[in-house]
Amino acid sequence: MAVREGLLVLLTDGPLHGYGLKSSFEHATGGVWPLNVGQVYTTLERLERDGFVEASQADEGQRAWRLTDRGREEVGEWWWAIPGEEPPPRDELVLKILLSLAGDRDHALEVIGHHRDALLGLLAQRRRQAKGRRRADADGLASELVVDVLVLRAEADIRWLDLCEERVTNAGAPGDSTEPVVRHRKRRGDRR
Amino acid sequence: MSVVDFVDVVKSYGSGPTEVRALTDVSLSVAPGEIIAVRGPSGCGKSTLLHLAGGLEDPSAGRIAVGGRDLATLDAGERAELRRRHVGYVFQRLNLVAGLTAMENVMLPLELDGTGAREARAQARESLASVGLDHHLDRYPDDFSGGQQQRIAIARAVVGARSLLLADEPTGALDSRTGEAVIELLASLPSVRGTSVILVTHEPRYAACADRVVSMRDGRIVGVTDPLGHDQQLEAAR
Repeated sequence: MAVREGLLVLLTDGPLHGYGLKSSFEHATGGVWPLNVGQVYTTLERLERDGFVEASQADEGQRAWRLTDRGREEVGEWWWAIPGEEPPPRDELVLKILLSLAGDRDHALEVIGHHRDALLGLLAQRRRQAKGRRRADADGLASELVVDVLVLRAEADIRWLDLCEERVTNAGAPGDSTEPVVRHRKRRGDRR
Repeated sequence: MSVVDFVDVVKSYGSGPTEVRALTDVSLSVAPGEIIAVRGPSGCGKSTLLHLAGGLEDPSAGRIAVGGRDLATLDAGERAELRRRHVGYVFQRLNLVAGLTAMENVMLPLELDGTGAREARAQARESLASVGLDHHLDRYPDDFSGGQQQRIAIARAVVGARSLLLADEPTGALDSRTGEAVIELLASLPSVRGTSVILVTHEPRYAACADRVVSMRDGRIVGVTDPLGHDQQLEAAR
């Protein structure tokens, strides 16, 4: 998602100044997506150029931005558009595990175990954050949901690594390559 | 002194060509008040590890000590006593006695051990309170929700001065919210009662509550990690 759609959504409830948009955006996204004001104004100017927003007269140096009919239509379409996910997944963890399979089985299992350990650590951290936030109850629902999605994604990665381990174990020696990929001994605490 | 010590433990079933190795060269110590989570695919030896830790089965080779006492040196009566006094079990199936009230279920192991009814009742009440149950203790298991029944099972498992709780997928039959509450309860046992816990779980989020996570594969321990230590390393790397 681009910031532009976020700003358009926030303007559906009525006009806002640039700084108000920045604050509203950050609050709505649970504090995980900080914006700088310059980025907000640059985006608003592009949206104005494309006819999605318009600015009112300056009020003590600040312009209020409102949606145009075209902007409202754009938001309406955006809600129902399915976010694109290009197969195959190309994140670094997936790449690393796939490449490890080109080498020997024990190395692949060691890499899988190492990253699973790190993710369990991450999960412990996320759980602690979630508990802290629930206790503080300061950041609201959006913030809590952000932690939830991070916990669930870490769990999904761990489950995928479990599956990798099971399949590698059942398949015996993975890969047909006789040339092991270059590797180094793992170092505890490495994130990459 | 460790609560449980496994030294080069092997467990096999059958012999000769039909021999199946359930555990191979397992060494593990559980410290007082420590929570150990055990993860691994089905059939990797997790439950066998629990059975051996509780003295329910004998190792084929190696040494297991519970509370500093080598199980191989104990006769059947001494082992049964050790189990009753020091080890509690919680399973996915609750195994509460349907015809006994919540209070009576928790009193049961104490009474079997010869504790008088008055004292057993007092200890059971204290144990139930420590898992958050202090009302309706005269009701029967079916009168409680699944999560409450698991709490009763945990209270029964830790009643008295038991130092070790063995939990085999204790959240398997519970919905996620109730399961989370049960895990929070297990995680509090070391500080509330000083109990050590060995928790077998498939759930990564529950394993992450442990002091150490043991990963098993094909009957072997293939990794031991410390989630909170990793957590601190991640914090330090920021």
